[in-house]
Formats: sequence, C-alpha cells, structure tokens
Amino acid sequence: MTNHWVDIKNTDLVLIMGGNAAEAHPCGFKWVTEAKAHRKARLVVVDPRFTRSAAVSDYYAPIRAGSDIAFLGGVINYLLTHDKIHHEYVKNYTDSSFLVKDEFSFENGLFSGYDPEKRSYDRSSWGYQIGEDGYARVDPTLQHPRCVFQLMKAHYSRYTPEMVSTVCGTPQAAFLKVCETIAETSAADKTMTIMYALGWTQHSVGSQMIRTGAMVQLLLGNIGAPGGGMNALRGHSNIQGLTDLGLLSDLLPGYLTLPRDAEQNFGAYIDKRASKPLRPGQLSYWQNYNKFHVSLMKAWFGDAASAENNWCYDWLPKMDKGYDLLQVFEDMGQGKVNGYVCQGFNPLGSAPCKVKVSNSLSKLKFLVIVDPLATETSEFWQNHGEYNDVDPTKIQTEVFRLPSTCFAEEDGSLINSGRWMQWHWKGAEPPGDAKGDQEIMAGIFLRIRALYQKEGGAFPDPILNLTWKHKVPSSPAPEELAREFSGKALKDVTDPKDPTRVLVKAGEQLNGFGELRDDGSTSCGCWIFSGAWSEKGNLMARRDNADPFGIGQTLNWAFAWPANRRILYNRASCDPSGKPYDPARKLIAWDAGAGKWTGADVPDFVADSAPENGMNPFIMNPEGVARFFAVDKMAEGPFPEHYEPFETPLAANPLSPGNPMVRSSPAARVFKDDWATFGKADKFPFVATTYRLTEHFHFWTKHARLNAITQPEQFVEIGEELAKAKGIKAGDHVRVKSNRGHIVAVAVVTKRIMSLNVNGKRTHTVGIPLHWGFMGLAKNGYLTNTLTPFVGDGNTQTPEFKAFLVDVEKV
Amino acid sequence: MQVTRRQFFRICAAGVGSSSLAALGFAPGEALAEVRTFKLAQATETRNTCPYCSVGCGLLMYSLGDKSKNTETAIFHIEGDPDHPVNRGTLCPKGAALVDFVRSPNRLKHPEYRAPGSKEWKRISWDDAFDRIARLLKDDRDKNFIATNDKGETVNRWLTTGVLAASAASNETGYVTHKVVRSMGILGFDNQARV
Repeated sequence: MTNHWVDIKNTDLVLIMGGNAAEAHPCGFKWVTEAKAHRKARLVVVDPRFTRSAAVSDYYAPIRAGSDIAFLGGVINYLLTHDKIHHEYVKNYTDSSFLVKDEFSFENGLFSGYDPEKRSYDRSSWGYQIGEDGYARVDPTLQHPRCVFQLMKAHYSRYTPEMVSTVCGTPQAAFLKVCETIAETSAADKTMTIMYALGWTQHSVGSQMIRTGAMVQLLLGNIGAPGGGMNALRGHSNIQGLTDLGLLSDLLPGYLTLPRDAEQNFGAYIDKRASKPLRPGQLSYWQNYNKFHVSLMKAWFGDAASAENNWCYDWLPKMDKGYDLLQVFEDMGQGKVNGYVCQGFNPLGSAPCKVKVSNSLSKLKFLVIVDPLATETSEFWQNHGEYNDVDPTKIQTEVFRLPSTCFAEEDGSLINSGRWMQWHWKGAEPPGDAKGDQEIMAGIFLRIRALYQKEGGAFPDPILNLTWKHKVPSSPAPEELAREFSGKALKDVTDPKDPTRVLVKAGEQLNGFGELRDDGSTSCGCWIFSGAWSEKGNLMARRDNADPFGIGQTLNWAFAWPANRRILYNRASCDPSGKPYDPARKLIAWDAGAGKWTGADVPDFVADSAPENGMNPFIMNPEGVARFFAVDKMAEGPFPEHYEPFETPLAANPLSPGNPMVRSSPAARVFKDDWATFGKADKFPFVATTYRLTEHFHFWTKHARLNAITQPEQFVEIGEELAKAKGIKAGDHVRVKSNRGHIVAVAVVTKRIMSLNVNGKRTHTVGIPLHWGFMGLAKNGYLTNTLTPFVGDGNTQTPEFKAFLVDVEKV
Repeated sequence: MQVTRRQFFRICAAGVGSSSLAALGFAPGEALAEVRTFKLAQATETRNTCPYCSVGCGLLMYSLGDKSKNTETAIFHIEGDPDHPVNRGTLCPKGAALVDFVRSPNRLKHPEYRAPGSKEWKRISWDDAFDRIARLLKDDRDKNFIATNDKGETVNRWLTTGVLAASAASNETGYVTHKVVRSMGILGFDNQARV
C-alpha cells in the first residue's frame, strides 16, 4: 500500500476492483465503513461477482474476469475527454510533458520493437528524447504531439464506452456511472483510494492492470494524498516483508537486484542502478544504490567484503534468465532439478496446474518440508484416492518433513500491507519436538559449513565467510537478526558536511538509511528497514497508539518503512508552493519560518528543500515525477494495453481484431509444452475465476476445527441462467472441467454471478473458492489448481489464476 | 470480629475497602462459596500479530503457566487487541479461531522421513535429519555448481536445488533464509509473493 489501513478513513471514494476486502481483509475493511460513516465516502465495486464488498457498496458494476485494462483504459479515456483531471498535479508531478522518442510507435496491438520469435520486445525505442544538456526534453504546454500526455490521449481514445462494454460485458450505463463517480475526485480537495488484491495480480497482464489503476490515480491527483493511493491488499501476514527482504529469484534485500551474466564489472553494475536525474534539480534517490549494496555485503560477509574484492561482488550468483517458481517447476519436470526445500509453502496447491506440479515433484531426488502443519505437498507421493491419485511405489523422491513453530511460539516482526513492521512475542512452547525456522535454517547451514570446512568443495568462500555472530550459533535470536538487518556502524560515521562531527559511533545501531556509507564503514542487511532497531531500541515494538493530528498516522505505533513514513509520496499532497491541496486533511506542509517540511507524517522528501528549489515529489524516479509512460520497465509496453487471458471465450482481441498475435499478451512467457494444455472456448465455454472465503485462509485453516466447521465442504458458484441451461439445482454435485483436469463440488446457484453480454455473446462465469484439499479437518476436496493454466504475468510470472476456461456438468 | 457468611458477603459487596478486611484475616470460619473468577484474570497475556492476512491485526494470547522454567505454557484463548490502531480489538472468522490453529491435531510434532518408493513416514531425530539433508545439499551443490558460463564469465550459481520461503514467516526468518540461500548460489528461490 502507498497508504495504510487506518488512512482509508480519510477518503471520499473507495474503488474496490481486483479484490474483495470485505471478505478477504475484514478488519481492514472496517476503515471503509469508517469513511462511509464519518466522511460520507462512497464505495464503488467492480467485480465479476456481486461480492461481500459489493453487498455494502453504493454502486456495483459487473465485469468479465480478465478485462480490467479495457475498463480502466475506458476510465482514462473518459477523464481525458471530459477534462476531469487534476491539471496542476498532472502538469507538475507526472511525466505528461516529457517528449517520447520518435521511433516509439503502437500499431495493430503491438508496440515498436516486437520480435515474434522470442515473444518479447526490443525496448530501446521506449524512452524519452534526451536533449543536449543530458536531460529529458519536455513541453510544459502538453501540446507537442510526442509528449506523453498526447500519446496517452491517443492510445486510450480507442477505449470508448462501446468498446469497454463489448470487451468487459459491463453495461454502458453502469460503466459511465462508475466513470462519473470517479471523475468527481479530480477536484483538488477530493481523493479516491483504490483497493486491489490478487484479483489484479493473478492475470497474464496483472502488472499492467495495476499500472492502469495507478494512471487513473495520477490523472486525478490521488497519489500521495491522505485517503488516496494505490493500495495493494497483500495476502499473507508477511508477504510484504518477504518481498521487501527480496526472497524472490531475481532480488536482493530492499529491492536491490541481482546481476545478470553480462554484468561482470562491479562499477557498471552499480552505475546502471544508480540512475542520474533526468531533469534539473531532481533527487533521484537511487543514486545512493552503492551505499545500500555495500552495506548489505558487509552485513552478509563482514571483513571478507572489502573494496579490493568489490565487496564480494563475484560471490553473488548471476542470472542468465529468471528462475521464478514457474521456471523452476518447468525445469524440475525436465529432470534438471534434484533438490527442493519448501519452508511454509504448499506448492502442490498454490502453483498452477496440479498435474504438472505433481509430475515435477516426482522427479526430485529429495524434498525438504519445513512447516507447522501437514501440507498436501508433504504428501504429494501418497495416494489420497480421487484427490491425489498417485502410486507411491513409483515415486523415488526422498522426503523430509520438519515440524516448525507457528506465530504464537516465536518472537519476531511481520510487515502488514501498510508497511508497518510490528513485533510479536512468544506465548507458548511448540508441540512435540518442533523447532523455530531460524533454528532449522541454522541446523542445516552449520552442518553444510562444517562439511565444507572438512572436505572442501565447490566455491566454499561465501559459505565459509557468511557472517554468523550469534550467541547461540545453532539458534540465531530474532533480536540479533533484526539488529543486523536494521544496520550498524562498523567505524565512526561522520557528517559529510563536517567530518569532525561523529553521527554514529562504531558499534552503534544506525538511525536510518541516510547514515549508510559505501566505504565499508556501515553494515545493513536491508536498507529500507534501516532505523527499525536503533540505539533507541526496537522501534517495531512500540505501542503508543496516539494520533495527535487526528488524521490516523500514529507515528509511535510500531515502525513503518521507509523511515517510519506512513504515506508514500506525501509531498504530492501539497501544491507546488508547499500548501496542502486539502487544508482540512493536512498531512505535511512547507513551514517557511522553520525552513522545513512538517506535519502529521514523516515527509517523503528532502526535509529542508524549499518548494522554490523545484524538486518534485517522486524522489525515487530519475524524472522526479511519476510516470504515465513506463519507459522500458514493463514487458508488454509503456502504456497498458488490453490483451485477453490465455484462455478466453473470444476468438480475437476486440481492440485489434485483425491481429491474431495480440489476442493474448504477446510478451508473456509460455513454455513449449504448455501451449497444448490451454483449452478453447468450443469445449470449455465458461469463464472461471478462483477466490477465497472469509472463513478460510488458503489451505491452512482447514486444519483448524472452527474454520472446518464453518465451511466444511467444497463448492462452486454458478449463476441462475447457467444453472437453468445446464439443469443444475442448488445442492447438486457438479463436475467442473478444464483442459488440465476436473474437480467435483457442490453447486451453489446464485444471483450473485451474473451472465454478461460480451462481444455480442452471452457469457457465463463459474466461481471457484480454493480452500479444500486432501489434508486437514474439513471434508476432503480437490485442489483447485487442478484446473488452472501454467502461465504467468509477463513481468512477475504470477500465475493466471483469475481467468481461465471450464465446462460444467451435473454429476 | 465475628461475622456470619451472609454478613461477610454483605461487607464485601460494600466495596474494596471492606473486602480488605478479609485480607487482614477477618475471614469467616466456614468455607466460602465463591463465584469462580475469570480464567483470563490469572492467565499470562502475550501480544502477537495475526498470521493470516496482511491487515496485521493485533492479538492478545492468553496462556496458563507463567513462563517460568518448570511450567508448560498452553494458549487457551486468543482475542483481538483493543489498543491496536487497525483492528481495535476485532477479529475476523479466521482470527477468532486462531486457537484452533495453534492447537490443531494436524500440527507436526516430530521430524519424519519418507524413503524412496515408500508408502509411509518414519520418525527420525533432528540430528539425523540435519545430517542427511546437509549431505544431500552439499553433494548436489558440489556436483552441479556453475562457476563460469560458456563465455567464461563468472556466474557462481547453483541451479539444481531450489528453495521456497514462507511469507507468513517473520522478517528475521526471511532475512536469515535469504542470507543462507544466496551464499550457496541458489537462484531458484521464491516466496508466496510470486503466486
């Protein structure tokens, strides 16, 4: 979230799309209710189903699963053609005035630079025109035909209300009603918040759906404002933290990135990431990349990391390609992976296409499960009848199942969606011989290190030199690890303006990432967390819920990264002269007397940079402003374009009907054998989408008795129209089939799933909750990923769980 | 001071000042019939965070046992933390049932091993599990580690073993896991944020 849960109370309008907060995040959703009750805020829900969020909304519009870019592109077109944008914000705080290279083009559904063989783009034409002074060229009048504003206007002019209705199935009147409501927040003193979740991420064009939402918010001037923002309602309790800590194939902690093979030169690796400003007077904070990187390497490799060996640069693995979950299961299926460790992860249920996942796991030599519960993955080799019909004698994988503690049995911190790092405390011992995850990692690692010490082996240096300064090496304490990622001074850290002034003494915890250095004098395991544990103590454990400004920022509750800042880009809540756009909701403002930015939040800005200096609010971007034009950052192109899901009821993409190459995303990676597994509309005519129920959390709560009682048995939801056509009554058992497998479940026949007119054809949706499996206290059921296709988003490789094709029949 | 049971209760009902009479030793000679106090009043309260979704609701966990060395703590009740700025004491149907997760009969209690082709688990010790896993990992790494690619560029990666980390695990677990995994050169590494 750019903002956070409590801040939702400051909004005028809530758009829930690609999520269902009332059901999946009930205690956070209460802040929507708060805004409705106390600010007269309205709630608009756009969803394929009339969800629990829709049930308490002021307005609901139905949409076909997977068509959100078409809808939001239509909103952009509406805002531009009706002149309902926040002009001052768009002109000053976005790249709308930047001129784009002449070579950039968009034609017939494709951007310039496409290579159909590689299914990817040469992105070199996707950039700004750079002037002789080295800065991007701009036209502040926004009239130049190559400026971002004009290109964007032209691009989305195709997304007419008629086109939106054709693609999305949303009745035109409903679409226009949503547009009108959203457009009201273009007023400088009105804000809208967008709340989304996996309903946007789990598509082959999921990242671009989210971008389109962000573009709408930028046009309205709603990013940085209290009650505004793009608010990802993350799934798991610490999925934010694990993302921040970079536990993804291509990342390092704090959104630093692993090098590619060709990046053999350390200086060039840093320079590429330490972007210089693209406009005069801009901060471009990533210029400090080297400080973050060197401090990380000092945290990991201690004295072994020195300027002479480029801070152990060669010790980091380099990537020839991405090794995301889908790539790894593809490789595993081809017999290229021997070992796999699942720490609190149940891929048999949560990776797409169960049959492929199961076959892949069966090719492993060994599998290590670390979990508090008996997961399906831990028994992928066991025959569980129709729900897991395998022959154990034919599966030669050695499997270890190690019991770990759960939340109640450990100390530590979790990061919620609002980036709050909250400490929690142990309340009981774990059952039996279960051990904490840190102890288990240490148990494995220290034995491997001992083997390398004894026997030698392949490149042992990083293993032998990994810092491990724990009182009890076999059980690193959470406090020790938290202090390590927060960071400390290895030598005295002095003030760059006055080298005689010591800011932090050697050995002390740092106050924040502003104190990080690139000369090896600081160590910090995750720069964005820096200051979470300073000499003041563990700030994550703070429990003062005072809200002195009455605007819900509670700065002394826990610690929010970065720098305890609660709302990102909050400089943009003020006009260029530093005055809040809405004085009644003042977050920060320029205090000319004091010569600094002050207010209810930690300013997301250089604290003493006066407005007249012309520094812009988006300090992480080299432009200093937010981007409508994503330059070369996105796989599919700089402007989001609607592409159909890989399994679609449509024969062509209505936006580019003549080009079969762009029916679905031309830039999504599809493995060779998976093309044949995609189903077609003649055999699988219905759109399916998966989701969670409020009583359950993935495959986890079916092990808890009360949850197993409240939702005991697997069901699917179908609309009345489809039920009638298929002769299905409520309570019947139905078989739902995709081209990859089938599930059997009880049919819930409901008005909540409407049939829509899409591209002139009646289109039905099947809703599939995902909680059941063959382990647990609830009645056994089918893992729903039995049905889902093995394809992911072109940027993130997040699987397309939210839109695919099925057939339904009565059993 | 002699009081009957009935008089005693009347004095107690008059307020805290009177009930301190009992503390001074003026208790009635007979056994007391007393309304049982709330179990929560004697419980140890521990603050925690809900492990399910990302709202991060504050929890109060109540356990018997005072965490001293010779007692076993057992959590018997979990409720929302009223001081927490986000959830203000509320919990959803998942959070409200958390005690059933902590005490689920499906909690794993001992390290187990399933041999190739076997139909069953066998209990093993932690030491045996760690030793065997370390051996398997090291042998695979030594055999398949790629120090340089075809072009002779230094790449130092290990692709034949992968790791999935847990996005319900703490930052501290995540941090130490990342450190260990990258030190070995593993690239096939993700958490639930990928899906």
